[in-house]
Amino acid sequence: MQVNENENWKPKIIAFCCNWCSYSGADLAGTNRLSYPAEVKIVRVPCSCRINPMFILRAFGRGADGVIICGCHPGDCHYSEGNYHTRRRMTLLFSMLNYLGVESARTRVEWVSAAEGQRFVNVMNSFVQDITELGPNRRLEDLRCREN
Amino acid sequence: MQGELIKRAVGLMENGTVNRVLGWRRGEFVYDITPSVFSDKDDLEKNFVYNEFCGNNLSRYLVQESEKEGKIAVFLKPCDTYSFNQLCTEHRIKRDNVYIIGIECYGKTSADLLREKGISAILDAKNNNGTLIVETVYGEKQIPMMDVMAERCVSCKSKKHVIYDELIGEDGGVLDSHRFDQVEEIEKMTAEERFNFWRGELSRCIRCNACRDVCPACTCEKCVFDNPKSGIRNKGAADDFEENMYHIIRAYHVAGRCTDCGECSRVCPEHIPLHLLNRKFIKDYNELYGPFMAGAEIGQVSPMCDFTKEKDAEPSIVQKGGAE
Amino acid sequence: MQRIGVFVCHCGSNIAATVDVEAVAAAAKKVPGVVFSADYMYMCSEAGQALVKDTIKNEKLTGVVVCSCSPHMHENTFRKAASSVGMNPYMVEIANIREQCSWVHKDRELATQKAIGLMQAAVAKVQLNAPLTAGTTPVTKRALVIGGGIAGMQAALDIAEAGFDVDIVEQKPTIGGKMAQLDKTFPTLDCASCIVTPKMVEVAQNEKVHIYSYSEVTDVRGFVGNFTATIKRKARYVDEKKCTGCGLCTEKCPMRKVPDEWNMNMGKRSAVYIPFAQAIPKVATIDPRYCLHLTKGTCGICSRVCEAGAINYQAKDEFIEEKYGAIVVATGYEMIDPGAYDEYAYTQSPDVVTSLEYERLMSAAGPTGGHLVRPSDGKEPKKIVFIQCVGSREEDSCKGGKPYCSKVCCMYTAKHAILTKDHYPDTDITVFYIDVRTPGKLFDEFYRRAVEQYGVHYIKGAVGKVVPNPVTGKLEVQGADLILNEQVHIDADMVVLAAAIEPSRSARQVATMLTASMDTNGFFTEAHAKLRPVESPTAGVFLCGMAQGPKDIPETVGQAGAAAAKVIGLLVKNELTNNACVAHPDEWMCNGCSQCEKVCPYGAITYVEKEFKMPDRTKKMRRVAQVNEAVCQGCGACTVTCPSGAMDLKGFSNSEIMAEVDALCR
Repeated sequence: MQVNENENWKPKIIAFCCNWCSYSGADLAGTNRLSYPAEVKIVRVPCSCRINPMFILRAFGRGADGVIICGCHPGDCHYSEGNYHTRRRMTLLFSMLNYLGVESARTRVEWVSAAEGQRFVNVMNSFVQDITELGPNRRLEDLRCREN
Repeated sequence: MQGELIKRAVGLMENGTVNRVLGWRRGEFVYDITPSVFSDKDDLEKNFVYNEFCGNNLSRYLVQESEKEGKIAVFLKPCDTYSFNQLCTEHRIKRDNVYIIGIECYGKTSADLLREKGISAILDAKNNNGTLIVETVYGEKQIPMMDVMAERCVSCKSKKHVIYDELIGEDGGVLDSHRFDQVEEIEKMTAEERFNFWRGELSRCIRCNACRDVCPACTCEKCVFDNPKSGIRNKGAADDFEENMYHIIRAYHVAGRCTDCGECSRVCPEHIPLHLLNRKFIKDYNELYGPFMAGAEIGQVSPMCDFTKEKDAEPSIVQKGGAE
Repeated sequence: MQRIGVFVCHCGSNIAATVDVEAVAAAAKKVPGVVFSADYMYMCSEAGQALVKDTIKNEKLTGVVVCSCSPHMHENTFRKAASSVGMNPYMVEIANIREQCSWVHKDRELATQKAIGLMQAAVAKVQLNAPLTAGTTPVTKRALVIGGGIAGMQAALDIAEAGFDVDIVEQKPTIGGKMAQLDKTFPTLDCASCIVTPKMVEVAQNEKVHIYSYSEVTDVRGFVGNFTATIKRKARYVDEKKCTGCGLCTEKCPMRKVPDEWNMNMGKRSAVYIPFAQAIPKVATIDPRYCLHLTKGTCGICSRVCEAGAINYQAKDEFIEEKYGAIVVATGYEMIDPGAYDEYAYTQSPDVVTSLEYERLMSAAGPTGGHLVRPSDGKEPKKIVFIQCVGSREEDSCKGGKPYCSKVCCMYTAKHAILTKDHYPDTDITVFYIDVRTPGKLFDEFYRRAVEQYGVHYIKGAVGKVVPNPVTGKLEVQGADLILNEQVHIDADMVVLAAAIEPSRSARQVATMLTASMDTNGFFTEAHAKLRPVESPTAGVFLCGMAQGPKDIPETVGQAGAAAAKVIGLLVKNELTNNACVAHPDEWMCNGCSQCEKVCPYGAITYVEKEFKMPDRTKKMRRVAQVNEAVCQGCGACTVTCPSGAMDLKGFSNSEIMAEVDALCR
């Protein structure tokens, strides 16, 4: 485990949420006044299948410490099949990041329906906790550090 | 064999089957080979070369060449035919404009690989039943071919020509190769070790783009790395992160399309084992979604464009590596 | 350079209590491209919207960011407001600082910081936004109704009433469906054919309705407003136009041993047949499986007796293609085969019948002329046992059982009991049931009448076994009375099985053609179970009748009317507005690789060979992707698959999303 030099360090978390299920789930969390850490910032996309691995890497490249992807539960996609594509794409991407030695816990896919405000909050709490424990994202940035 | 190839190529030009031949051009040294289009018989007879150094996969050049007027003949080694098929699947090659001559292959070497074994000043090299007989300025040297073959040839996946119009030599079968052994070794490492391994490798990247430029899957009309609209354009990376993103994105872009021809690793001036990134994807989707070999047949649907509703694994199966 | 206005809403205290809205507005002023920012108590109010509109005009804004509640609440409100003063609605973005900020974070400072971040991300996106215009597609003003039962007929009539052409495609030789086979209907006991046959005539006489009987839809392409269907007109071997329906051929046909499906195979018909007297169209059909001429090359009598010369043994299946704007699915139902329930001896004794067979035995137009007799010996039954829920409400589906309630059985069994008692008052009737379910107008009263007035014995319990006794000819029914907790033995003359209802066997194929989804039971699913009950998730496809789920006739008719209203609402439009946020390929970058085509769930992407003028002034044919904007729903699956990044999504482009990511990571 990496040691946080700064006790007050807060992670940067980007959450990609599909417009129909997860974004509405996040809205429901708000309507029910269920609280989760303010570090989580949501980017709305029409469907989880819109999320290009480029976006995730881009977020890491710009200093995100964790990136979470939320979509409708398999079988419930508004576009009927989108999240099935997401499932494959992200499984392979995460496997690659893991292969490169990047902490795979920095990325996650969670299925959150529009009715699951509480689940959205639980997911975000647990993700923020995981990332806080991992500490700042160094490895991805360091992957091409020249030998010193 | 070279003579036979030249004879056939000349024959095809003379009988009007083709008006050009895509092959390998002689350079100053025996190992100094350039892919080239021959449209002149004399040129062909004089400068066409086929030897133990002709590793180049020629299928990629057909994206442009098959667009042109008239038919072109091409010599394809078994592994090159997979790339050809894959490009046909993607409608990148006009099949009707190409005449494929399948040629057998027992593995290729390179000057670099020979130099690593202390053999330099090479004048010629011949594979004699698994022994490479190298003629050098300092006399003849013999070395087992296995010791100086490119990794992709050592773990050759197939001696089968999956597409051809005619064959020179024998057709082989798909081999039970051990090409995933190295991937497995890396997988077995701790996250820290994997990270250090790849940092060691990727840190040498000078971003010459050779891997992309030679890759038969990287034939995009415009590469995302050259395109300002993609949002990730970078010729030379501004920072370290962009550099490694290049390799991840490139491997991801060719996933499901990469035929594991190994050209990326062959051309890398820094000897980064780039094919191990591609092979990781190949290994993963084979294990997760069932056997798939890009280019085995024309018209296959890549596992990256497909899904099963019930059976597909959740992304969480990727082990929570991380915090060691 | 964009001129962006940022409007921060207090939402009373909903936002302002946790987020320092003034600080957000002040921070906005420092963002490049922002020329105006303000906070206001209720931005969605008339006055708030007026502020946005006035500012757009006065400050010559090119883009607007509203920091307020979720875009699901008021994105449309602000887009409309912007649109009313001439700004493209897609130049408005919402920063969700209520549901996703003020309501979920307690620390004022952190919440304010996050709100500023969300605002900056929205501004970053607007910076890259481009005006979008939704395309339109014309609507073919013709509807297709698949299924000619009461649902299909009602839908067709209602659509025709509004002045649109409708085609009904029915796979049987006649329209009318299952309702035409019924004797009486509950709870009013009016004669089914007395109400359905005039409906059939009405359909036939309506010049806007065209009936394709003995036909099937074999292919559907296209999309809402622009479907193209292929209809297979099965060879009837009788020219529909020439046949007068005189019935002479059916009388003379020597092949008279064909099981009569109209009478649930309890009677026989000839090989050339008209299903029943009131069939529409009233034309004969030759059954090629039995016709002696078609099977053996002999006979030919019908051809000789037909004065109209309508018989044509050489007829072939014909395929016709027609364009439609909307499609109604009214494929109806079937009953499961209760043969798998061996304990009820359905396959062992002809006196064990399904309710639909019983219905035919009761019907004046049935095989016995309405005289209720046992199929085995023609004697009047004195004791009848009805068994409910045969295959319904059953978790174990290995026998073809269904988990759902078939809904109409309780009521039709009460009807059967009452009708039987009416005609043969000395009949002893027992009904074994799990629950009696009678929700519906006058339904429970009807059931109570059966019990109280007619003395029908209702036993809550299950039948374990029905054993035909070969000596007495009786059916020994062994059941359990769960209320009295005792075994019941009845020597019955007939047993009637209320077999479960299942979707028509042709429904699956129809669903596949239409890319309409089905539930696990094979019923068509609605676009929304509560709010869009007669629409399929596939735009332009509507549902009614049993195809959507078990229901009775009035519900079916009501649903058919609703589906028709939806169809009319679609067909009155001259054109449909498409989704503006659709995929769009950069043709110059497109490789023509077809990967996007493979992932599109809507089939919106096709490839064309197109001529391009190359930079060197030569012309080149290139294979490029094309998106049908009327079909694309904007999911974005194609954009990620595209290796060259040629495919992008309007309104959620790569660069827009990455700009948001960049802003949020700052």
